[in-house]
Amino acid sequence: MGALRRHAPAVLAHLAVLALWAWATTWGGVPRFILPGPLETLRALSAPQIDWPRHLAMTAAEAFGGFALAVVIGVLLAVVFTWSAALRRGMMPLLVTLNLIPKVALAPLFIVWLGYGLVPNIAITFVISFFPIVITTARGLAEVEPELIDLVRTVRATRWQVFRKIQLPSSLPYLFSGMRVAAVLAIAGTVVGEFVGSEAGLGFVMMAAQGTLDTPAMVMALILITLVGVALYALVVLLEHLTVTVDARLR
Amino acid sequence: MRASAEPFLSLRGVAKTYRAGGRETVAVSDVSFDLAEGEFLALVGPSGCGKSTLLKILAGLHPHDAGELRISHPGFDPGRDIGVAFQSPLLLKWRRVLDNVLLPAEILGLPMAATRDRARDLLALVGLAGSEDKFPYELSGGMQQRVSLARALVHDPKLVLLDEPFGALDALTRERMNLEIRRIWSSSGKTVVMVTHGVQEAVFCATQVAVLTAGPARMADHFAVELPEPRELAIRNTPEFGALARRVYDRLGLE
Repeated sequence: MGALRRHAPAVLAHLAVLALWAWATTWGGVPRFILPGPLETLRALSAPQIDWPRHLAMTAAEAFGGFALAVVIGVLLAVVFTWSAALRRGMMPLLVTLNLIPKVALAPLFIVWLGYGLVPNIAITFVISFFPIVITTARGLAEVEPELIDLVRTVRATRWQVFRKIQLPSSLPYLFSGMRVAAVLAIAGTVVGEFVGSEAGLGFVMMAAQGTLDTPAMVMALILITLVGVALYALVVLLEHLTVTVDARLR
Repeated sequence: MRASAEPFLSLRGVAKTYRAGGRETVAVSDVSFDLAEGEFLALVGPSGCGKSTLLKILAGLHPHDAGELRISHPGFDPGRDIGVAFQSPLLLKWRRVLDNVLLPAEILGLPMAATRDRARDLLALVGLAGSEDKFPYELSGGMQQRVSLARALVHDPKLVLLDEPFGALDALTRERMNLEIRRIWSSSGKTVVMVTHGVQEAVFCATQVAVLTAGPARMADHFAVELPEPRELAIRNTPEFGALARRVYDRLGLE
């Protein structure tokens, strides 16, 4: 009951947007080739020329795959930085510079380098979601109270014990805050990749449907892309809830 | 208290100078005192008098660069026989209370089953029986500080070092904790060195008081607190207590 009451405003806000959409397309005078109504959009799912499950699976694989790769490599790199001050001093500024490259502009190059399909789109998803993870995790690993280190040094804790028992778990809230930002970026990277060059995926569906002015299919693809993003974000939030106590979560 | 010739802890002319950017700062100069086993020493002084530095020297965290520091106890191992607690409880947020207390024992690789029982006993000693499975955020500041005291004792250290352990607590909680620390000290029989800037706290808690002054950092006084045991808070209203507190204020140049 308490949970229901707490989430009611959020549920209502979502329903209100749906209602506004239905109203605008039914009585509001918005032409259907500009924006189809909710029912008509749903009906696009039964269009025989679009293999929705395959495109959805492709986009999900690219988004989740690129994101997972970003988490693994981002965390590994952050860990390497905490173990080597020299490497950190050299690499962190370099990463900040590289981060300023507009990642979506890399998409055409990736296609030249990696061909069409899954691999270049995973690569684009990876580069766009990698930076927030490495930067926040490195910060989390570095931000341990010096007195806590003193405390465990009095019982001769090894470098590895300090890392495993203190640094690594205390960096988790930072990792998750990076992952939440990265999840939002990841899905954008995936779709841009599909726009630029692919033969499958929801971004490809949008480009194909644009050619025939099939707006219901375009809006449906957009909704499914959003749902993939929501699923990715929800996975991150779920993992955070399972591993980080309430007071330690960064908002 | 042993009647042997060698005191448990002995400092002779201990000094420490920090060098940073070509400038030298004397953090501790010429500190000398002896402390018998089982005593409770309060190091009292204003901020910047080097008392925390002195505590870190005792803990083996900073080397001293002059003088002699000796701990004479059969089998004393500075990497195993020292327990510390600081002004901030420094609990690990992701660990339950019991697992927080166990941290030093884990690092030392002590047998876990026996240590777990000991940690439960210590939590009972600090008045937290029943809170073993709580997370730190579920506890008040005073309770968190009790957990950090239990953690300082879990590996059964012979020397317990406390750096302004109650400095962040409100006045009433602090008074309660002063009673608690005395109770814990007398039932554990540990040798305790506590840094504080509270004159009343120092005289009330300790059996020995060392007064440190700032600029230059040096030791201004060292005396035994001969007040009846067990001590109640009301003892602070006695003329004997007042005389000792005045002596400290006087050495600190506050009277």
